[in-house]
Amino acid sequence: MHPIRRQRLLLVLFIVLFSSAAVGLITYALRGNINLFFPPAQVAEGKAPVGKPIRVGGMVVEGSVQRSSDSLEIAFQLTDYKAQVDVVFEGILPDLFGEGQGAVASGLLGADGVLKASEVLAKHDENYMPPEVAEALKQSGFDHKGKPQ
Amino acid sequence: MIPELGHFALIIALGLTILLSIIPMWGAWRRNVTAMALAPGLALGILCFVSIAYVCLTWAFVNDDFSVKVVAANSNSLLPLMYKFSALWGNHEGSLLLWALILALWTAAVATFSRGLPLLMLARVLSVMGAVGVGFLSFSLLTSNPFARLLPGTPADGSDLNPLLQDPGLIIHPPLLYMGYVGFSVAFAFAIAALLGGRLDAAWARWSRPWTNIAWAFLTLGIMLGSWWAYYELGWGGWWFWDPVENASFMPWLAGTALVHSLAATEKRGLFKSWTVLLAIFAFSLSLLGTFLVRSGVLTSVHAFATDPARGLYILVFLALVVGGSLTLYALRAPAVSSRVHFEWVSRESLLLFNNVVFLVATLTVLFGTLFPLIMDALGQGKVSVGPPYFNAVFVPLMALLAPVMGFGPVSRWKRDKTARWFAELALPAAAALLCAITLPLLNAPYNVWVALAVMLAAWLVFGLARDVWQRVRSGSHLAAGLRRLTPSYLGMLLAHLGFAACIVGVVATSQYALEHDLKMQPGDAKVVAGYEFRFVELVPVRGPNFVADEARFEVYRDGALISRLAPQKRRYLASGQVMTEAAIDAGLFRDLFVAMGEPVGEQGAWAMRLHYKPMIRWMWLGAILMAVGAFTTVLDRRYRRQRQTATAEQPGLAHGV
Repeated sequence: MHPIRRQRLLLVLFIVLFSSAAVGLITYALRGNINLFFPPAQVAEGKAPVGKPIRVGGMVVEGSVQRSSDSLEIAFQLTDYKAQVDVVFEGILPDLFGEGQGAVASGLLGADGVLKASEVLAKHDENYMPPEVAEALKQSGFDHKGKPQ
Repeated sequence: MIPELGHFALIIALGLTILLSIIPMWGAWRRNVTAMALAPGLALGILCFVSIAYVCLTWAFVNDDFSVKVVAANSNSLLPLMYKFSALWGNHEGSLLLWALILALWTAAVATFSRGLPLLMLARVLSVMGAVGVGFLSFSLLTSNPFARLLPGTPADGSDLNPLLQDPGLIIHPPLLYMGYVGFSVAFAFAIAALLGGRLDAAWARWSRPWTNIAWAFLTLGIMLGSWWAYYELGWGGWWFWDPVENASFMPWLAGTALVHSLAATEKRGLFKSWTVLLAIFAFSLSLLGTFLVRSGVLTSVHAFATDPARGLYILVFLALVVGGSLTLYALRAPAVSSRVHFEWVSRESLLLFNNVVFLVATLTVLFGTLFPLIMDALGQGKVSVGPPYFNAVFVPLMALLAPVMGFGPVSRWKRDKTARWFAELALPAAAALLCAITLPLLNAPYNVWVALAVMLAAWLVFGLARDVWQRVRSGSHLAAGLRRLTPSYLGMLLAHLGFAACIVGVVATSQYALEHDLKMQPGDAKVVAGYEFRFVELVPVRGPNFVADEARFEVYRDGALISRLAPQKRRYLASGQVMTEAAIDAGLFRDLFVAMGEPVGEQGAWAMRLHYKPMIRWMWLGAILMAVGAFTTVLDRRYRRQRQTATAEQPGLAHGV
């Protein structure tokens, strides 16, 4: 074979091998690392898997936030005005977390229907609603104040 | 009146960019010297008018002209003056104007500093940059006019800049990042010009290289500042979140890193020509994609501004035009510029090729992870998110693979080398690296196999470089003569690679050794973290220029001696009512101590507190600075200046054309 052609063949082989290794790595990494989003209504219907990482987003129910007095444990409810999901979280919440505001909690759903959140995201500025929450509200047919649309 | 003047200047600038994108290009096609010679003047004219627009908007911010919509939404009469300047780019419209200004700056810089370039080439390069300018200026004017007024209904006061952005780091982060993003448009323009002219050789690479290196250096600094800002301003103590917008800046960086290295092979050996061109197209397309991701609000992110579908669509179309157009051109013209240069497998070329493959794969995996949620959503598979574990699982092994091979790079020779020579050269550095790995982590911390590995890889790079420097210096007649033989491009490579080594150590040591405690504390409480005793002394209310805050005063003791006082704050901004965590950090070369306040817990004045101990975190940012300084250093190399003189001698250089 012509040396340049042989060089090209080797190059192609090298790239193929390398990228298949990369693809393998990606598939491995994706398994268990993607978490699906569920609106509270679907969680209440039992459509969300138990014991797998998921995200639930909605508005934080007014008056539902309860803080433990001796630890950093916090319990609150997320709603899309159709159903509510209980969430527990231990740690420090983001600054913009608040009752009546949009939030997304990611964690594991227990068999008792309580989401044990490892991370809570709140919106980052006044005009901005996490797209997931907006979507969940659109599905449930209520606006962010709970009025039917 | 002034805002209208700015608006008018921006419209004139758009007109000039349209001229710049057409006339010199036509001139290059018809070999019309007069038309081509217009390009530099037009470039300077664009800079002039975009600057006028920019100054007008700045004037509106500084003078609290709340009848301008952007000012009313992003400024406030109480806002400190320096933030009034930076508030300009703390929003969509203004940041686009900044983008346009920086593009105009780069275009004018190319026009000014490339007088030695053949006129034909210069005309094409500037024309392509003009076309990019048309895209952005019309985007700004059509969908996001920064000078739009609120008349009638001018508010008495503005609703203030987002408190997260009221920070010195954020004053310089966006301009630096944009310098990098937009800088790749120069590399892109050179690539397109080369494709159009069918001329792609060592001289082309020598022209394109300094620009690419500078853009890359700015991007490096911009990303580094973003990471640093996230660390101290978001109050979580994290420094990289694999957030879509971080990825958006990181992908052009990865592609740019590949480009910087492949340009070396193209310049020195005339190799990988069409590949280099493709990388230049990629790097700029990824910059545009980044803009699209940030501006369209399709992804959940810290950086997403309020969404507007028209804007997203506009950038998507622009992106499709740029990528589609340049790739079509590439497909048509690349065969004309491809190379026939042979090299052995054991050579510097192969090592650079390896670098390119690793960085390209890294770019693609990050791209895939970033776009995966969008793809799944479009396919109706539900809203998924891809978390940091994915990115870490693919990115870390790739970099771990890169570092061992990287050690061979500097000592290797072009065209043909011998493995036996590599091993002879590098046996000592390898042994020293191994020794470091075994002993270093024992000095100060519990043995950790990942840190040991990181130290070994970093030491391997450092000792390999040291060995190479020694070889080069020794061949001079005496030390000073030997040192003089080290060219700026070599020194630049040296600094950048040392910076990479520092990053490896910083990233791994921080991730492995960091201690993070979230706990409830009340005044009088103390907590020991990694041998540092954090004492919560008191809680006091304080008042700033445009906020009120609770300030927790901490004293940190080590072995009974006071080493630092920290005062984190929880601020409430007056205009917006927004609450912000202001972390307090005691920074050091080998460790950071970090305290941030959560929220009040219980009745007795207790607060949730975040106490972090972050060893070696500064190394990561210092490493990034070293990389950037290295890239800037390479530009000083004599050969880039010499070429200018020789090229000037053979004016107007039309003979170089097709």
